[in-house]
Amino acid sequence: MDHPVIRGVRFFMAHTPGLVRHGSKPDREIARDPEVWESIKSHLRSFDDVVGYAPHQVLLGNRTPESLAELDQPWYENVAREAPRNGPHGELVSEEEFYGLLKAGDDFDLLWLDEEFAERSRELLVKHPRVPAADLEKIVGVPPSQIEEMLDDSEKGAKPLQLRDGSTIGLIQHGLLEDPSLAPDILLENLAVKATGTMALRLVMDDFSIAPDQLQYIIGSGEEAIGDRYNRGGGNLAKTVAEAAGCIEATGSDVKAFCCAPVHAMVVAGSLATSGVFPEIAVIGGCSLAKLGMKFGGHLAKDIPVMEDILVGFAVLMGPDDGVSPRLRLDSIGRHTVGAGSVQQAIIEALVQKPLENMGLSFTDIDKYSTEMHNPEITDTAGSGNVPRTNYRLIAAIAAARGDIPAGNDARDEFVAMHGMMGFSPTQGHVASAVPYLAHALDSLRSGESKYTMFLAKGSLFLGRMTHLSDGESFVLEANPAAR
Amino acid sequence: MDLKGKQVIIVGERDGVPGPAIEECVKSVGAVPVMVQTQCFV
Repeated sequence: MDHPVIRGVRFFMAHTPGLVRHGSKPDREIARDPEVWESIKSHLRSFDDVVGYAPHQVLLGNRTPESLAELDQPWYENVAREAPRNGPHGELVSEEEFYGLLKAGDDFDLLWLDEEFAERSRELLVKHPRVPAADLEKIVGVPPSQIEEMLDDSEKGAKPLQLRDGSTIGLIQHGLLEDPSLAPDILLENLAVKATGTMALRLVMDDFSIAPDQLQYIIGSGEEAIGDRYNRGGGNLAKTVAEAAGCIEATGSDVKAFCCAPVHAMVVAGSLATSGVFPEIAVIGGCSLAKLGMKFGGHLAKDIPVMEDILVGFAVLMGPDDGVSPRLRLDSIGRHTVGAGSVQQAIIEALVQKPLENMGLSFTDIDKYSTEMHNPEITDTAGSGNVPRTNYRLIAAIAAARGDIPAGNDARDEFVAMHGMMGFSPTQGHVASAVPYLAHALDSLRSGESKYTMFLAKGSLFLGRMTHLSDGESFVLEANPAAR
Repeated sequence: MDLKGKQVIIVGERDGVPGPAIEECVKSVGAVPVMVQTQCFV
């Protein structure tokens, strides 16, 4: 069997404290009580605090996930000063820059920026190597009186866009007043998905010397629902991003599977690359704006920063075996089948044990498992638990049941410490699900430091109220045998 | 706790114990699930 390779992955992060009010939970709570925004505002982080936050430095590739275990918690109180906003795995931009990027992707003039702010944003982006002149030309504003007039007209339903300090710098309009699928919040969410996905794709193409016109196919794996009232969720963010990134020889489509869509998409993309249908292929995932500030209540109750203030997009380059890049083993795909049911033991057996048995490997042969990588500092402080640790302990339990490790808490903890890691991803849904460790895994597999990494992701299908099932898929990435 | 004949509302968690798994447990001791949901807290 031939196996595809993953050539590279890059993450694009945007610090968007002003957009926290447009997250689903804050939006509903602020509508009930406008004072909620004042409370949230007083707990939003500065750009410097976000850049120096250790989990973000891990995602940027400036420090390893393992190094987090050595850093005193809470991490938000141990912020590095003068930390870089760029790293080998990606970059992080400010909200002033991000609003400009949103405008650059706004082909229907849905988003208005104040003319002075637009100029400021454009000046910040002029030197950015991955923002082309054509995008800069689109970052134009309107007089402040025009924004005020539109926001004052309640029938128009436009929503204000603000900075962290609460100052209004623009607005987002309805796409069509009588169409709830084109409401301002939905359009803002989709513009943010487009901007983050596009910038991540530009990053990975630049860093791995792929010209935009080399890509033949792009698969979107985000959770956005693009479409009007007759085709809500119709999608194809992939082709939208392909156009924005200048991939004129590409088309694309989206794979929808809640949070585990990126893993499904990489398996599909790898199969298309290996079969020769589309050898030059990418998987992208834009951000999840709806999740901004999702757990603000828990953070405010503890008087700690509202840490869900980051949007993340990613892009993965894949292709046929090049004899160098780590291989996605197509004989290692773990599937949470319908018949597997919803008991955790059955899920882990389907996603981990069965693929390992197919490959003739034991649980301890996998150097690292990348599962739900949500930053526990965000979730644990709001009562949602330490999701990576829960999943690692489940894997350890099945490893013990199979006899790969001894039974008991000591062996479990040793397995988790050696084969797991602390969560470091912003709570960005599909982005946090297995994907965050991908860049570190590629480094480790290329350098010979490790041989196998398993990626397993879960999807919450039950949230759509059509089935009680969840979903999951997994694969093993191995160091390329030809390069060992 | 004797759950026999009791009506039960079940809220499970995807990364912990999902709703249908709890449902099977409580049904086995004679409880009557009236609502079963699973939630994802991330």
